[in-house]
Amino acid sequence: MAVLSYLEAIRETLRQELRRDSRIIIYGEDVGVRGGVFRVTEGLQKEFGEDRIIDSPLAEAAIVGTAIGAAINGLRPVPEIQFADFIFPAMNQIVQEAARIRYRSNGTFAVPIVIRAPYGGGVHGALYHSQSVEAFFAHVPGLKVVVPATPYDAKGLLAAAIQDEDPVLYFEHKAAYRSLKGEVPEERYLIPIGQADRKREGTDVSVITYGLMVSYALKAADELEKEGISVEVVDLRTVRPLDLSAIIETARKTGKVLIVHEDNLTGGIGGEVSALIAEHALFDLDAPIMRLAGPDVPAMPYSAPLEHAFMVTPEKIRDKARELAKF
Amino acid sequence: MSDNGLTPELMLDMYYHMALARAVDDRMWILNRQGRAPVVYTSNGHEAAQVGSAFALNRGEDWICPYYRDLALVLAYGMTPREVMLHLLGRADDPNSGGRQMPAHWGHAKLHILTGGSVVATQDVHAAGLALASKVLKDGRVSVAYFGEGSTSQGEFHEALNFAAVHKLPVIFFNENNGYAISVPARKQMVVQDVAARAQGYGMPGVIVDGNDPIKVYEVVKEAADRARRGEGPTLVEAKTYRFVPHSSDDDDRAYRSREEVAEAKKRDPLTLFEAYLKKAEILTDDKLKAMQQQIKDVVNDATEYAEKAALPDPATLTDHVYGSM
Amino acid sequence: MATEVVTMPQLGESVTEGTINEWLKQVGDTVEKYESLLEVATDKVNAEVPAPIGGKIARILVDPGATVPIGTPICEIEVEGEPANDDAASDVPAAGASEDSPPAKASEVAPTVPSSSAAGSLERGRFSPAVRRLAQERGIDPTQITGTGAGGRVTRNDILQAATPATAPAPVSEPTAKPVPSTSEAARVAMDAVPAVIEDGDRVESLSSVRKVIAERMVRSKQTVPHAWLMVEVDVSGLVALRERMKDEFKSREGISLTYLPFMMRAVVEGLRAVPVMNAQWNGDSVVLKKRINIGMAAATDRGLIVPVVKDADQKNVVGLAKATQDLVQRARSGRLSMEDLSGGTFTVDNTGAVGTVLTYPVINAPEVGIVTMESIVKRPVVVGDMIAVRSMVNVCLSFDHRVVDGADAGKFLRVVKKNLESIGPETSLYA
Repeated sequence: MAVLSYLEAIRETLRQELRRDSRIIIYGEDVGVRGGVFRVTEGLQKEFGEDRIIDSPLAEAAIVGTAIGAAINGLRPVPEIQFADFIFPAMNQIVQEAARIRYRSNGTFAVPIVIRAPYGGGVHGALYHSQSVEAFFAHVPGLKVVVPATPYDAKGLLAAAIQDEDPVLYFEHKAAYRSLKGEVPEERYLIPIGQADRKREGTDVSVITYGLMVSYALKAADELEKEGISVEVVDLRTVRPLDLSAIIETARKTGKVLIVHEDNLTGGIGGEVSALIAEHALFDLDAPIMRLAGPDVPAMPYSAPLEHAFMVTPEKIRDKARELAKF
Repeated sequence: MSDNGLTPELMLDMYYHMALARAVDDRMWILNRQGRAPVVYTSNGHEAAQVGSAFALNRGEDWICPYYRDLALVLAYGMTPREVMLHLLGRADDPNSGGRQMPAHWGHAKLHILTGGSVVATQDVHAAGLALASKVLKDGRVSVAYFGEGSTSQGEFHEALNFAAVHKLPVIFFNENNGYAISVPARKQMVVQDVAARAQGYGMPGVIVDGNDPIKVYEVVKEAADRARRGEGPTLVEAKTYRFVPHSSDDDDRAYRSREEVAEAKKRDPLTLFEAYLKKAEILTDDKLKAMQQQIKDVVNDATEYAEKAALPDPATLTDHVYGSM
Repeated sequence: MATEVVTMPQLGESVTEGTINEWLKQVGDTVEKYESLLEVATDKVNAEVPAPIGGKIARILVDPGATVPIGTPICEIEVEGEPANDDAASDVPAAGASEDSPPAKASEVAPTVPSSSAAGSLERGRFSPAVRRLAQERGIDPTQITGTGAGGRVTRNDILQAATPATAPAPVSEPTAKPVPSTSEAARVAMDAVPAVIEDGDRVESLSSVRKVIAERMVRSKQTVPHAWLMVEVDVSGLVALRERMKDEFKSREGISLTYLPFMMRAVVEGLRAVPVMNAQWNGDSVVLKKRINIGMAAATDRGLIVPVVKDADQKNVVGLAKATQDLVQRARSGRLSMEDLSGGTFTVDNTGAVGTVLTYPVINAPEVGIVTMESIVKRPVVVGDMIAVRSMVNVCLSFDHRVVDGADAGKFLRVVKKNLESIGPETSLYA
């Protein structure tokens, strides 16, 4: 089995899907000739032509809005927003149009689009190239929000997103692009959207997280194992819809839950996961539900010490999980 | 009569749909004033622009992306008065939304009428997207976005024109300029005189047409559609017209325009003008007109009664159609 | 003199490593600050890297052609006097490698997440919900337990430990260790149940692999397939008479018993031929209409339910089906089925009548789109014409995937099955 980086896994999945289904088109800023600013779409225009891999004007609302129209008229558009931070001009098209079209038309229209966007910090991207924006969209019924944590998941979730009949936001951590590598089968496979994955078994503390933070949590778990603390790591994989049964299962198992995300603390996914546990597993809890998240500042600063202070790191996860284990 | 392909039968059919729209519109206002319909958005005054453009398209195949003013358009495109009334009264069988959307939020998948929301100009980019698919799939369809002049202040209007022009998409941007965005006159939306002038900045033709003349509108839109189908890209059409009644049943236009102005505009009521034209051309006779008026009355009565008797949505369906699959 | 270490710089967001194309300076060369020192290639850019500091090249640590992570020392420069700290090359923090650097004063800078775990001040006598519940269930007074948690808090584990009698022999599976059995990935989704309450004397059996697979498949089917259900009553008096007439002869001639199952399969084959969408598989955004008709038959074994498959059932008559099913059942019971026997099904028949039921809501064997049961044949008074007659009746129940099949087609399928079964009379040939 080939070992691919997270980025390569995404690129090869796009290639495989483009070959499989001629209705798929990719467009966005710089995705064609240049292959995207991160090179995710490198080589695709050469293989599939300018009709299917389209350099679009620099206008996010138009990128998403035209994708909606194209989907309704028979294509399967996979638009890219260059950075998740730039998605806000398209907010109205995503939230008010893509998400609501099936509902407002009583099920007579559907919007099968996948909006890919690199998210996350730790790469000196500062306020407008570092944001985690998933919670905004996780709030919206009608959207599905996927945040893969490994190259393997990146492939299976992307193929599932492209096959899905609903609008899916697919957030790729830019620090994961080249740092995460793993085995990825060549054949096509789907990972169901809405299914969490236990990435590591443990008995003392559950860490529930997603995206880049999964690999950080696994590092923290490795360290804590040396201290005799057994950490279970559950990767949500999808932040809407959430996998209620997987969340409750791990909460019941360990009775101690730490929820981790890079996105700001308040109003983040952690709040929702925490509420679900409180509603469904109160009598299995042996400690307060804890959250470790980006601080409530507007966005991640540029300068290294400020950035580092913002980022959730394996060390911060380790320390918090240890505190919870000892509770 | 120019050689535009419009037969007497087609022109009579145009007139029928214009008159039908006016009658349905009138009935909706009555239902509102009786307290039976919560809100009404009018097409009163826009009939020629809407019906003329609809007849220039391959109805049911080409995509239209209407806005809330487009009652006459959707009727000409194949929506029945019964369906319009089901929509107005929020009935379960409303094909636009099953009673979910406010009145005048058109959408009919089978007729290729795209569902719309309430934020203006969003449909402009959708039309470009529908056309993008047509270009890739080579399905021969043209897409038309309909919008008022107020919405041309929105970013998405400009983004849509630019996107469509860059990619030479088979799309028509059809502006119904009635001079007011609810109460705000056009001169406070833009410094240029004409919406059509915007086209130049995006490298596409901008055409101004008398929106009270369905035949002229038909010809202009036909030409734009032909251009689009030939792969020559988008056209911006500006139909100059007027709205004779308030924006909606919740509006009072006396607050922002004089009665004299409205009375002056009504001298060019597209229904009156077209009726005179057809009579002069001996296409429409008094007898035919009378029969048509009776037919319209019956259709509108039937639609009203049908919709009033139709079932309301079951509250249990509230959570249907959030997702296609979970 | 001091030696300054130059590290691989990060050239571009998301880049984690770089390849040295060429050293533009060699050992012994003097380099000025900002003068090009080497050429680096990454998958985003190729760039000349300037010297972070002036001095003499002391050592080159990485040869051209080698790829190293960001932050790896690549050369050493001898510097006159003390190097200025702010120019130090090693000051460039590397993304992806940052977790190795100490979180410098993070605790002061980072806004603190409000901690509810001020366990040090936790009084005795306050217990977590889990501790309260377990203590109550096990009749333990938590105030009598010495806590091992922070500040002496009584933890869930403390209660579980206390619940295990110290003198009693260890139970089969120690409940203290695993209140919820850990499971394989495959069976995980099946394990969402409320955890069982394990009390003294209870026996905890771990799941067999067959059990896990069954659990996982059942949960997946019920969670992902919108099941719809229909039933028809079938008058099988003719079939019963036929079997009565033929069973001894059949046994002596063919060496196997004549059961109702092959007749049912035959009828199902006719139904599938008439309604091909029932012989299909759900494929996410499409439906695969299967060419072959391979009928799975649910079979109970002492290790659990398995579903061996009669391949190409449409090419067999009743005798052929009888032989095929008999063979599969025998091999299933003796554990001699191959993977081939268990795969490739396009539809499933469950002879639930064998366990005496008259009504079943079967679970679809996804990705198939339908499963049908044959219930117990019972004699019942039924109206025939205007008379009440005693007839042999059987219920046939169908679960179908409503994404693929609508009620009309499902109903048609059942009508064909019913018609086929009812058309069998005492003289019908088994070899047709």
